[in-house]
Formats: sequence, C-alpha cells, structure tokens
Amino acid sequence: MNIEMKGINKSFGTNQVLKDAGFVLKDGEVHALMGENGAGKSTLMKILTGVYTRDAGTVLVDGEEVTYRSPQEAEKAGIVFIYQELNVLFDLTVEENLFMGKEITKFGGVCDKKAMRAKAQEMMDKMGVNIPVNAVMSDLSVGQQQMVEICKALMVDAKVLIMDEPTAALTQSETEVLFEVMNSLRKKGVSIVYISHRMEEIFELCDRITILRDGSYVGTENIKDIDMDGVVQMMIGREIGERFPKRDVKIGEEVIRVEGLTKGKTFKDVNFSVRAGEVLGVSGLMGAGRTEIMQAIFGNLPYDSGKIFIEGNETKIKNPRQAIAAGIGFITEDRKTEGLLLEKSIAENIDIANLKKVSNNGVLAKSKQAELVKKGIEEFRVKCFGPQHETGNLSGGNQQKVVLAKWIYTDPKILILDEPTRGVDIGAKKEIYSVINDMAAKGVAVIMVSSELPEVLGMSDRIMVVHEGEVTGILDAADADQAKVMTLATGGSL
Amino acid sequence: MEKNKKSIGAFIGEYGAFIALALLVIVISCISPEFRTASNFLNLLRQASFNGLIAFGMTCVILSDGIDLSVGSTFALSAIICAEFLINGWPAPLAILVSLIAGTGLGAVSGLLVTKGRLQPFIATLITMTAYRGLAFILTSGKPISRLAASIESDAGAFLFKMLGKGNLEIGPKSAFISIPIPVIILVAAFAIFYFVLHHTTFGRKLYATGSNAKCANLVGVNTSAVKIIVYAISGFMSALAGLIMISRVDSAQCTLGEGFELDAIAAVALGGTSMSGGRGKILGTIAGVLIIAVLNNGLNILGVPTYYQEVIKAIVILVAVLSDRKR
Repeated sequence: MNIEMKGINKSFGTNQVLKDAGFVLKDGEVHALMGENGAGKSTLMKILTGVYTRDAGTVLVDGEEVTYRSPQEAEKAGIVFIYQELNVLFDLTVEENLFMGKEITKFGGVCDKKAMRAKAQEMMDKMGVNIPVNAVMSDLSVGQQQMVEICKALMVDAKVLIMDEPTAALTQSETEVLFEVMNSLRKKGVSIVYISHRMEEIFELCDRITILRDGSYVGTENIKDIDMDGVVQMMIGREIGERFPKRDVKIGEEVIRVEGLTKGKTFKDVNFSVRAGEVLGVSGLMGAGRTEIMQAIFGNLPYDSGKIFIEGNETKIKNPRQAIAAGIGFITEDRKTEGLLLEKSIAENIDIANLKKVSNNGVLAKSKQAELVKKGIEEFRVKCFGPQHETGNLSGGNQQKVVLAKWIYTDPKILILDEPTRGVDIGAKKEIYSVINDMAAKGVAVIMVSSELPEVLGMSDRIMVVHEGEVTGILDAADADQAKVMTLATGGSL
Repeated sequence: MEKNKKSIGAFIGEYGAFIALALLVIVISCISPEFRTASNFLNLLRQASFNGLIAFGMTCVILSDGIDLSVGSTFALSAIICAEFLINGWPAPLAILVSLIAGTGLGAVSGLLVTKGRLQPFIATLITMTAYRGLAFILTSGKPISRLAASIESDAGAFLFKMLGKGNLEIGPKSAFISIPIPVIILVAAFAIFYFVLHHTTFGRKLYATGSNAKCANLVGVNTSAVKIIVYAISGFMSALAGLIMISRVDSAQCTLGEGFELDAIAAVALGGTSMSGGRGKILGTIAGVLIIAVLNNGLNILGVPTYYQEVIKAIVILVAVLSDRKR
C-alpha cells in the first residue's frame, strides 16, 4: 500500500502542532519517522488513522484521496496503529483479545471457542512466536503482549502497521524477536511506519527515514545515505556537539553505603557505595532486579535483610517519607503512573514534593509557590504555557524535566534516577545529562539506572552490573566497555 | 490547551452548578410567590444545612478517591450517643463533645478499613454503614429517645443544646432585623473552614494529590494512608455535627435518623462537579449542589408536586446538571 501525506496542518486551539507536514510510505518498506518530542510524529499518524481531523492538506492512499473519520475506518482500509501504551484487555486471554468484537460464532451467537483457538494458534505459528493462546494477558511479558497486538493487526489483514516506540519496554531478546517478525512482514509486502528514539534500531531495521521538526517536514533519506550525526542534525536543525557533556567534579566522601541488601529471590546480598559528586551507573537486563533494589533503598519495597548507611550512620528506611528525610530523591522509571500527577498543573506537581518550602505552618504561601515554579520552569527550560499547564499535556521530555525539578528542589544528598531518559528526545536527553552533572558538581551522590548502554558508559564514574538479582561486578568507567558490561549482565564473568 | 482562554464554555464548566441553581430559583420564584419570600429562603437554608455539613465531609472523602456510605448511620449513632448521655443526666457540653468525638472515631474506623484493611471504600463503608445502623438499633432497642432538652439540668446547658438546631441570630436594626438560623451560621462557618483547608493548606494539597495519584503522592513523601484516615474522620465528625443539630431541632433521637442521607450528600458532591475518581473538585461546587437539592425539595413541595413525582424530577435535574457539567 502506498501512502502519501502532504501539506498537513493541524492546530489545537491556538497551538499549531503541524505545519506543512507529510511523508511518503512505499509498499513493503520499514519507514522510520523521527523527530524530537513534540515534533508531531504521533499527531501526523493520528491524522492518517482518523483519530484527529486535519485542518489542511491531502492524504493519498494508492493514489486516491481519502479521509478516515475513525480508527475503525482506517483499520478497515488496512491501516493499523499500535500505540505505545498497548491497547489490550489485561484480564482476558490472548485468544479473547484477538477475537474481541470479531468472534467466530455458531448457531447465530454462541462463541465457537474451538475454531477461535485453532485460528489464534495458526496466527501465532505464522508469526513464528510461541505464546500460549489461552494465557491471560496480564501474565505475559510486555514483549509478548506486543506480539499479541501485532497479531491482532494481522488478523484484520493490515497492509500498513504504525508502531509507536514498540521497543521502549522490551528486553534485548524480545526486541530481536520483534525485529524478526517485522522483517518477515516486510517480505510479505506489509509496510511499517516505525516511530522510535533509538538510533541504533533505526539503522538496523529501516529502509528509509523521514524527519519532522517543530511540526514540519524536514526531509526523507535512504538509510544507506545518512549517518546518525546527519539524522540528529536534521532533527534539531543544528549540531548537537558532544552527546554526553563532560563533567569535572572532585569526588568526595562516601554518602551512601548498602550492605547485604536481600529480598527473597528478587535480589541477594547487594553491596555498593556512592560518594559525593560521583555517578554510579546501574546496568543489567530488564527484570534483573535493578529497579527493585532502588525501590527498596527508597523504602517503597520491603526487604528481608541488609543495612543502609547514610553518611556513615546506619539508617532505617521503611517508607518513602523516611527516605526523603534521610536526603534521598527518587525519580522513578514510570513517570506517568508514579512520577507525576498527570491531571495537575506543573505548579502543583512541584509543590507537592516541596510543601515545607512553599508554606508557613501548613498554610500555603502563594508568593513562595509562584517563585518556586517560575524558577523550575526557567532553570529546566520546560516548554509550556505557564505554571498552570497540565503536566499530562506536556511532551515526554518536558514531563521528565518537571519530575527532575520537583526532586531537585528538595535538595537531596542522594539522587536515584531510574531510566531518566526513557522516551525522551535527544535534545531533552542532553539537558537531563547536564542536570545530572550539575547535581554531581554540587556534591550529590547520583545513582543512575539505565538500559541504554551508551548512556551508562558515557555518564558514569563507575558501573554496577546486576544479573538475576545479584551484583556481578562494579567496573570503573575508564576500563568498562559495552562488551564487558553485557558479559556481566548476562551472567558471565570477566 | 484552550483552558487558558476564559471562554464561555469554560465559564459554564466552572460555574455550571451555580447557573443551574440560579435557573431553578428564577423559574420556581416566577411560579410561586410563596417560594420567593425571605422567610422561605432562610427555612430552605436551614433544611439544607444537614445535607450541606455532611456533603462537605463527603467532598473530602470523594476527593481522596473514596466514598463514604456510612454518613447516615454515623449521623444516627452519634446523635443517639448524645441523647443517651443527656437522658442519663450528663451536662450538655460534655454530651455534645462525646458525640462529636464518637462521630470522628466512627469515621476513622472506615478510614482504617480502607487503608490498613485494604478494603475498597465502597465495601468498607457499606460494612460500617450496616454496623453503625445496627448499633443504633441495639442502643435504643428501636425506641425513640425524646424530651432531651427537658432532661438537661442546667439552664445554660439546655439553652446551648436548644440553640444548636432551633436558635436564631438576629442581625440588623431592631425594627427590621432578620433572624438567621444557627444551623445556617454553622454551615457558612464550616464552608469557610473547608474552603481554606482545601485550597490554602498543605493538607489540602496532599488530599488532592492522594486522590489524583496515590502512588505518586506516596513517593514524594505524602502519607497517603494518614490523609485517607483523616478524611473519613472528618466525614464522621461532620455527620455527628449534623446529627446534633437534628436532635436539637426535633428534641428526640431515634435509630432511623439519617437514612438515605448518604445519597443526598453524594448527589450534592456530584452536582458540584467533583470527580468521582478523586483529585478534582471544589467545595464551592458542593455548596451549589447542596442548594440545588434543597431548592428542589422545598420548591416542589410548595408547588404541590406529589412526592413520587418529586423524586423523578430530582433525578432528571441531577442527570441534566451532571451531563452538562461533563467536559467535552
């Protein structure tokens, strides 16, 4: 299926999000759509699939002008959008999800379970994935759930698949399976629009790349004819310079030491320490227990045994309030469900972590509030209408900046960041790295959990690698490389 | 994104309940001369005070992403506790105090069931609602306790007790004063306190954060369990306060007091635009909701609409108001 979108304009209120945007999708290609957060990638795709209506411009499908009025209409035409937040019913089984709304029936209304099961199994086999079709969705891994979504799309005979950040929550091996499936779909003539911030993946997988900037079309290139720097330049319209800004910080005294931290099979005998001004990177595969270790240190997950010392004193931390009192700040992995009050304003989100700072004896002081949020928006360069902008309407990078701001104003001695740049564009990533460096320069002990190896290698002073709940090594950044970290992360030894 | 512009739509969204209230008052006033008298309005406000006080507490509970079905039972049980003490010769101030403490405690029990017991608020307060009503029956053996004021020994105590529900405050020059019922004054004072607490204190912020996203609130150091226990305790206190006004007014207490009050209170909160899933809403909206219900009750009575029809009309008004309040 050929799709051509050109001259697309779209405004929400006074905010024009697309201005002369477009792209051309050819038969049987994997086409990367790139751009910073807020560049308009998702909006453009939502216009194609009838979620939004366009203000101006044309959409041609196989040469004919079309306007889909709903995602269902687009689906009927063979265009399916697989969202980043999966659209599955978690309490139902795989087969029930696959046949939702299009059940095979007999006797005019009774579900033919046998036929559905057989068909579901056939689809899974065709895709070459091994997922039990009678399993309940919530028991599956995110990667498997994603496969079910793709399978659902194939059931309606999709000719165009649009995938928004499909690998954001996948492990390495799940990503490989996904790529295999995508490659075989491409061979069958299915076109795929691939939205991702992960450069490496795009160069591995895609045929062509289209770049959007500030809602406008910038250009389309064959992937063979361009390199990463070229893509970045097109995305931000200038050279970005060093990917990981340098840091020159004198490392001070030990701030936090963890001894023998253990929780059942989740993590065992974890020992490490971080000093003032130091950045400890924490690496490991998905599910290795990295997040759980951090949650335990922050008092949000009870542990069986072990000790935490802060500035040399053993500190009991049973809940987040005690952790905060001990000087720990914690930027969680999932900013949407844990990091932000999405329906609340930037001001309220910053206030809630800093209530003591913005009040006198329990009564809110408007001037102090206004001052703090103004400082936050300026210092962190949050793109917004003002302090009252709802955080749910901010782009991913700007949301993350609000989360950073709220924690940094609590003046933590220890800052734990869990996947701080997930789903964040390159420009915002660099700003977040600068914030981390500034914190280190102020003498904060930083712990950064990340699945992105280049980031861990580029930002850390030392790297702790976790494999199945155990620390398999702590490397100095100077003599660490991707191979060494991966070896430790997969249970090997150096 | 269009929120920053104060469009007509946003205005209606924000003050929809007040617009509905104004329309109702205007329409009923046009039809009925009896309705539009000052004395009827004061009477109407006094009738609204019970539901108003309870609805303020309910607003807090709903803002925390909960619900309190036990308010009617708490209303009855704490009133009966006060009545029992009065009948047994306790001084009025003490009986009133004990009753308010009891109401607060009864509410806190619901809060503990929700937090420590990890029960869903609907189930937790369904349990306390049933239990408290049962206790009210047991305490009174199902019989009313009457002649309360007469059983108070000290004159000052009797006066205090009577003032709660029957008293008036006379305002204005001697020749043309208006008597404002004490329950209305309590209602206004309570409104001011709730307004201040919800919008100008750190506790208010914590409450909105808890209802908006408890996980996130907990991680930034808000003790969400404590917030929840406190709002149920507040709800219990407000129910007890309303109960005291009621028994002062009717001079007797019985175990069936306050049956169905939870529904009026929830309706008032919903009319006021507070989100049933917590985190969003205003006490100002609740007062509008309370007044809408009071105007309907009072107005339909005066217009002589048969009781059965009144209920249906009420339902329709609530439906229309809630639908028009919905965003988008």
